[in-house]
Amino acid sequence: MNGIHDLGGAHGHGPIAAEIDEPVFHHDWERRVFPLFASLYVGGYFNVDEFRHTIERMDPAHYLQSSYYEHWLHAFETILLEKGVISAAELRGTATPTASAQPATVLTADMVEAVVLGGASARAAEDVPGRFKVGDRVRTKNLNPATHIRLPRYARDKVGSIEIVHGAFAFPDSMAHGQGEQPQQVYAVRFSAEELWGVAGPDTVCIDLWDSYLEAA
Amino acid sequence: MSHIHDHNHPHDHTEPPEDIELRVKALESLLLEKGLVDPAALEALIDTYEHKVGPRNGAQVVARAWSDPQYRRRLLEDGTAAIAELGFSGVQGEDMRVVENSAQVHNVTVCTLCSCYPWPTLGLPPAWYKSAPYRSRIVIDPRGVLAEFGLTIPADKEVRVWDSSAELRYLVLPERPAGTDGWSEAQLAELVTRDSMIGTGLPKAPGAAA
Repeated sequence: MNGIHDLGGAHGHGPIAAEIDEPVFHHDWERRVFPLFASLYVGGYFNVDEFRHTIERMDPAHYLQSSYYEHWLHAFETILLEKGVISAAELRGTATPTASAQPATVLTADMVEAVVLGGASARAAEDVPGRFKVGDRVRTKNLNPATHIRLPRYARDKVGSIEIVHGAFAFPDSMAHGQGEQPQQVYAVRFSAEELWGVAGPDTVCIDLWDSYLEAA
Repeated sequence: MSHIHDHNHPHDHTEPPEDIELRVKALESLLLEKGLVDPAALEALIDTYEHKVGPRNGAQVVARAWSDPQYRRRLLEDGTAAIAELGFSGVQGEDMRVVENSAQVHNVTVCTLCSCYPWPTLGLPPAWYKSAPYRSRIVIDPRGVLAEFGLTIPADKEVRVWDSSAELRYLVLPERPAGTDGWSEAQLAELVTRDSMIGTGLPKAPGAAA
């Protein structure tokens, strides 16, 4: 979707505010929000693409006014409510919490190390052939779905070249909408600053893109 | 220079509304009451990312690559496997790609669409990496952004920005500083900063190491 999250190339957001000796979490509430991701992910309540798309659907003004971990909190609340895992009354404290309808997988402390070190690769179990090889010139399609997509707006309808062939990965555009992995090849596609921004010079941007976002150029 | 400040001053990034702590407490309490999360697991996750995972991991990878040409080759060919040799793997680093700085190319990473970042090697991202200013500007004005970090790249050298829009996570392999011949891996690792592995900085000069 052409959402507020798609920030590449926007102007007016101000200088970078780097901090010296920045703490891992700035507030205790951020520390409380952070571990809910792994716990709820392992519980099977969402995949990472659903999670990202839920953040993308935030009110644009609220998105810009809120910090990263508030985005996470918004996503947890929204997904769990939409999927009926919790109710609004339970969350408000006006209804007594009821037990989960389905038996849930609960991430327990003894599982944490294996989950952290193992992760959850989105790489497809079996390779899927792609249409392009290193050095091929490609044009990104001018795609503007209202649904989830990982082709940034600043790189639509632009010509670049295949820099790296990464292998086959689950397709976020389907994963975010309950339509399964539908794996495709992913490529790092290199674009000149001149192509993206009309600026001469040696600089480039490499963007990781799925096969179906591209056509031969 | 960048707007560097300490924690005694208001942040440029937005402070949460007053009720955010109550919202978090409400959700966490509800999930605990429903038995969907385990409090000991929550604590273990916090401890992992506050104390065990961070940019010192990535610094070990870089120092090994500077010291061992065969490791460097493996790292550039299959970043995931080479990083796992040092025991670093998993969440938000499942599929790693290492990009090497050279006389011709300076690499820098971003995630313009969200805030993807290589957790096993760099830890959780700093606030500025997740912020609208960095995500919006680094792709369109990389030299302006790098200048805010105190970094000036020669006009004829390519600045290559990696926008990690898929599930690959990028780590920059900076150039080994001159004047470090004969240094041990442990000494070299002390020169490797977090920002030098993002690409918004360079390793410390040998004389500047504490």
